[in-house]
Amino acid sequence: MKFVDEFRAPEVIAKTCKEIKRLSDPNRHYRIMEVCGGHTHAIYRFGLKDLLPSNIELIHGPGCPVCVLPMGRIDDGLAIAQQPDVIFAAFGDMMRVPGTHGSPLEHKARGMDVRIVYSPADALKLAQTNPDKHVMFFAIGFETTAPSTALTLMRAQSQGTHNFSVFCNHVTIIPAIRAILDSPDMRLDAFIGPGHVSTVIGCRPYEWIAKKENKPVAVSGFEPLDILQSIVMVLRQLKGEEAKIENQYKRVVPWEGNSAALRAMAEVFELRPYFEWRGLGFISQSALRIRSSYAEWDSEQRFEVPGVRVTDPKAAQCGEVLKGVLKPHQCKLFGKECTPEHPIGALMVSSEGSCAAYFNYEHRKMEMVTSIAMPA
Amino acid sequence: MCLAIPGQVVELYPNQPSAAMVDVVGVRRKVDLGLLQDNLPRKGDWVLIHVGFALSKISEEDAMDQMRILRVLGEAEAAMQEVEGYGLENAENAKTT
Amino acid sequence: MNAAVDPRSPQFQPETTVSSNARSETVPPALRFRDPQIEMAHGAGGKASRRLVEGLFAPLLFASSSEPLGDAAHLDFNGTRIAITTDSFVVKPLHFPGGSIGELAVNGTVNDLAVSGAKAEAMVVTYVLEAGLPTAVLEAEVRAMGNAARRAGIAIAGGDTKVVEHGKADFMYITTTGIGRPLPGVKIDPGSVRAGDKILLSGAIGDHGITILLARGELDLEADLRSDTRSVFPLVEAMVRVAGPGIRWMRDPTRGGVATSLNELARDCGLGMVLTEEAIPMHDAVRGACELLGLDPLHIANEGQFLAVVAPEYADAALNALNLSPGGADAQIIGEVREQPGGAVLVTTGYGGSRIVDMLVGDPLPRIC
Repeated sequence: MKFVDEFRAPEVIAKTCKEIKRLSDPNRHYRIMEVCGGHTHAIYRFGLKDLLPSNIELIHGPGCPVCVLPMGRIDDGLAIAQQPDVIFAAFGDMMRVPGTHGSPLEHKARGMDVRIVYSPADALKLAQTNPDKHVMFFAIGFETTAPSTALTLMRAQSQGTHNFSVFCNHVTIIPAIRAILDSPDMRLDAFIGPGHVSTVIGCRPYEWIAKKENKPVAVSGFEPLDILQSIVMVLRQLKGEEAKIENQYKRVVPWEGNSAALRAMAEVFELRPYFEWRGLGFISQSALRIRSSYAEWDSEQRFEVPGVRVTDPKAAQCGEVLKGVLKPHQCKLFGKECTPEHPIGALMVSSEGSCAAYFNYEHRKMEMVTSIAMPA
Repeated sequence: MCLAIPGQVVELYPNQPSAAMVDVVGVRRKVDLGLLQDNLPRKGDWVLIHVGFALSKISEEDAMDQMRILRVLGEAEAAMQEVEGYGLENAENAKTT
Repeated sequence: MNAAVDPRSPQFQPETTVSSNARSETVPPALRFRDPQIEMAHGAGGKASRRLVEGLFAPLLFASSSEPLGDAAHLDFNGTRIAITTDSFVVKPLHFPGGSIGELAVNGTVNDLAVSGAKAEAMVVTYVLEAGLPTAVLEAEVRAMGNAARRAGIAIAGGDTKVVEHGKADFMYITTTGIGRPLPGVKIDPGSVRAGDKILLSGAIGDHGITILLARGELDLEADLRSDTRSVFPLVEAMVRVAGPGIRWMRDPTRGGVATSLNELARDCGLGMVLTEEAIPMHDAVRGACELLGLDPLHIANEGQFLAVVAPEYADAALNALNLSPGGADAQIIGEVREQPGGAVLVTTGYGGSRIVDMLVGDPLPRIC
């Protein structure tokens, strides 16, 4: 696969790992946060932790849009879809996320019309081919995905499709990073920046992290070599005691971002004054809602929304894991009450949530290492 | 939020400037080019696809550049060590990057 | 899946037919299966399916549920050994590139018997038909089944038909029961698997599952892919001929994919299955679809492949026999059995990284994150 395989070349990976070893100070413990859930997933999928020296710790950040979605919002979306002749359309990522009365798939088993779509455009098409139903698209995602939803709403308007609406849960990444850095129990050395979000917002929005917080950022792609090269970049900066934004993912990320995408977002969306993030609490100006000019395609305007707040069980330590303060297996519920089969927190449901990733890819390796290390 | 894959534009539609058929090693999907309307791709160009929309063009030049940089990683260091081995005074000047 | 039941149990005396009514009169153990309702996940072949079988069916139906669950049961009737299997076919759409439900039904039955080390001889089939099903559709499926049965060398000895109301079956459901003759010189037993054994795969994975996913049309993807449905018996037979004594275990990785089959083996024998990622054969289009949709090819269903665990001294001969047989050119040794990680499947990459591959809970879902 072009633009994929080259960035998985074993010899070059070996070289890059050597360089990482050379650059890292053995007397120092590095804490590097990778913000994006896609990076969390890639790190586990490619087994990158096996390649890093033990004094480099990769901390998983809050960039998992499923993980930070409060359960009340899922309940709201499902409540709308309970109405007769409403089709609940969402990405596969949402299908097993538990609401108070079950996940979308469980609701499907009980008779709700639930469809998996790959694209918001497919949800719009579903509305156009089912004129006697209403299609509600449950939209999630950061700035990577929001422009596509925006464009779809613009198309719905221009094509005059009225049996379609969007339940908008889009969130923005910068406030989440700010919340992490403002957190008193947080100690981080550098960031691996979200490469695909940055194709939309560009690299400028991260400049305050370097200038004010004095931490290096490497905006990173998702192949093994991308992530490893990003680590090289931040290590070089830390060694040279500098802090700046570097664009590792140059082949795809324009420094200024994607103006057409930003325009589409500005046309359709505005910032909510505040929004609740599961595990992080209320954050102001951190989420998008649909503008009044598109009210007709806003599920929250078209339908009655219960708007109930659902809090996580006290024992669940999702917030601390989300902020990187705790590792997944350090949460009291991990692997016992909370597993991918019976998730309690959303970090266990989403395949890029740190708990699920850790559970699926990692924890038995931990046991294996431990059992080999201990004498029989 | 981040699953986006490189694909090649294999067909454009004169009646639908905002659409293109994109190929990912033999899998094809009609993709919306609305987010690239300021810089529409041509047939043969590579784009990054996310949820059925093209998010960005992929620069082959930048990709090759990146690989070039990675391939010489460590070579400057190796050159350094060799030079130091000869006991030259100004080993610093031998560094290339 | 059928339990490899203990042929010494009371209901398997000579002249007695196998019947669940012949269960002994002891009180069944309390059920471990606690889910309040059945979900789609319970039929996906992954963890939820396993929970249902082990936690509800096995304690109530199978006399000795201490035996590991296999693809077919080998029964002994006073010295005559017979292999028996049953399977049901519920697929949408009925017809897809490379085949249809009828072919799946025949090949699936033959394959379950083949990987238990038996040659399929005959099968019976039940059709549950939805009222309103066009006859032309039924005829096409029945023809396909007849052709597949002839190709596979299995006789269809009889059957049953039921018709249910419109909306109660997706056009048709097919259930089969197949019987066969165990092959001499091979004994499938997960307990015989040892560290050092090699893991063989008969060919490229993921073709069937991705073909079906694309054929449903919901994702708007096209690819030049076909289901891999075929009888794997000729390949199994070729392998048994040269490596019979060395074959420890075989399975056809259908729903849940290679990852599920190997996880089941890892659980049953307590050893680790360590795979080499680059060795796993896959067609480009399967790879492309999986990358695009965020799916792991190891979780995708196959209908014309099998896995075999073979003792190291027989592995090369086994692989060679497969490669030389028609349809076996892509067979590979994809990994080996090791002590660690015990009970799990590990995939190693060409550059030193590794990851654990678990069974999924339910069907693999496309993702965008």
